[in-house]
Amino acid sequence: MGMTITEKILAKAARRENVKAGDNLWIDVDVLMTHDVCGPPTIAIWKKEFGEKAKIWDKEKLVIFPDHYIFTKNPHANRNVDILRQFANDYDIKNYYDVGTERYKGVCHIALAEEGYDVPGTVLFGTDSHTCTSGAFGMFATGVGNTDAAFILGTGKIWEKIPESMKFTFNGKMPNYLTAKDLILQILGDIGTDGATYRAMEFDGESIFSLSMFERMTLTNMAIEAGGMNGIIAVDEATKKYLSEIGITDYKIFESDSDAKYHSTYKYDVSKIEPLVAKPHSPDNRDTVRNVQGTKLTKCYIGSCTGGKITDFRYAAGLLFGKQVKVTTFIVPASTAIAKQLEEETISGVSLKDIFEKSGCIIAESSCAACLGGPSDTIGRSVDGDVVISTTNRNFPGRMGSKKSQVYLASPLTVAASAITGKITDPREFL
Amino acid sequence: MEKKIIGKAYVLGDNIDTDQIIPAEHLVYSTSDPEELKKYGHFALSSVPIEKAGLPEGGKPFIQGDDYHSEYSIVIGGSNFGCGSSREHAPLALQVAGVKVVIAESYARIFYRNSVDGGFVIPYECQSKVNDKIRTGDVIEVDVDKNEITNHENGSVYKLNPLGDVFQIVEAGGLFEYARTTGMI
Ligand code: SF4
Repeated sequence: MGMTITEKILAKAARRENVKAGDNLWIDVDVLMTHDVCGPPTIAIWKKEFGEKAKIWDKEKLVIFPDHYIFTKNPHANRNVDILRQFANDYDIKNYYDVGTERYKGVCHIALAEEGYDVPGTVLFGTDSHTCTSGAFGMFATGVGNTDAAFILGTGKIWEKIPESMKFTFNGKMPNYLTAKDLILQILGDIGTDGATYRAMEFDGESIFSLSMFERMTLTNMAIEAGGMNGIIAVDEATKKYLSEIGITDYKIFESDSDAKYHSTYKYDVSKIEPLVAKPHSPDNRDTVRNVQGTKLTKCYIGSCTGGKITDFRYAAGLLFGKQVKVTTFIVPASTAIAKQLEEETISGVSLKDIFEKSGCIIAESSCAACLGGPSDTIGRSVDGDVVISTTNRNFPGRMGSKKSQVYLASPLTVAASAITGKITDPREFL
Repeated sequence: MEKKIIGKAYVLGDNIDTDQIIPAEHLVYSTSDPEELKKYGHFALSSVPIEKAGLPEGGKPFIQGDDYHSEYSIVIGGSNFGCGSSREHAPLALQVAGVKVVIAESYARIFYRNSVDGGFVIPYECQSKVNDKIRTGDVIEVDVDKNEITNHENGSVYKLNPLGDVFQIVEAGGLFEYARTTGMI
């Protein structure tokens, strides 16, 4: 019996020839990532449990990004960053990207890719549920809690149950009105928020491999919204090209065998998919944009590890060029590198940044910002009965701030089109 | 490990996500300072919409007033309990509030792992749907050896799935305790 790409990577990490879904195994971790919300409690558990002799298993393999609660006056939030800074200093952690310095990167999942920590065939654990994003690079990546992270920090190992795999194949040429976000909303509507619990979600097909690396990351990012343990896309020429441009050429490529066993397989023809939204209050509450067209909005939000990548801003700027937004619209680049790209990239000679500013958008500094609500002074946070359309990944009650607000999740094209009219709008009206 | 756990039930619906269990804005408190830790208990389940808080009637806050401890020590959920973020503060908040056991039809992976590996609460899967049969305030007894629960209000018994591979970690009291008993660390 053949193995899936996920099984092969985990077999290597468990130092076995073969593994099968359901096996509980101890595996070796290649990289551990943490951030300002879960880093401090992870460090506290590690110190308490390993005591005086607490040692980091491999300093080179620990990566820390402050990114969640960064630009706030909240004293508790700032204390968390102080704890990380002190820890990095005390233990000489090179891969610490401190806020307020040139090293500051922004949202961890995007920074992991940009800084070359996403390496095919490897195993990455992070104290953040969207760690599955890194699976776009043909690797195993998943989120864990602080106790598991503290255990990894001291031992480099963790137990994991080998997941069954589900395969999602998309065929056909991507129409200009669709983005990766529509594809993942399609899946979420079909399988629900627990449709992939404890399973791997493997994405395949010509439409997937026509996407840029950043667009692929939108798919793997939201695997957790279906409960998936990891999302994964095999390596192709585009992966290799992205990696070689940042100097990474040494890695092992794994692929699913043709006789690998899947829990289930889904096939889609992208020409049949329409622009989609997830209505309040769940990412699987799918509908077509057409059906909710005209819903009045109070805020638009383009940002986060899901929808704040350069590809998302290219889509949005294309529509916003020469137009004015009718409601408050936030542009939050996921990383500082993307923020810089907004200044450099142009459409008809105008930088993306200028396009956004001229259309009346508010551009914020790179961080998680209002994607998860955050302290009360967080930019873009929903208040009272706000009706928001957002490129982020979750619309649970209160996720973006106010419990009374309503959040629609959509593609950057749909959010940009809606910003122009002030109500939910199908992007095809402007394409 | 206690073999019989008796307490009042607090009943919730499906898809209780970690933002409802402990809203993100409260994640800034220290988990090692005993005074600040209480805040996690105080805000536990505070984002559950009030009409769905304490089923079937709803409108029953999990925590009263300024308290950080709940009168309910057994949380009953539906499917996909604990979905959403990786925050270990979620099972921690339940533990601080005095919850010992969660009983649900299914769990999101990270919440399940966190509950077990951190030794916060015991996450049991029930073999059939029970959140439409048990009422908030019912006194429930969990029998760890028999893998079943009894509703003291009416004597109904419901089967739980055995904890399986994770039983040893639960019994040890968490991942670190387990690793120490097995000589791993
Ligand atoms: S941008 Fe949002 S989803 Fe992404 S890591 Fe930050 S809070 Fe989490």
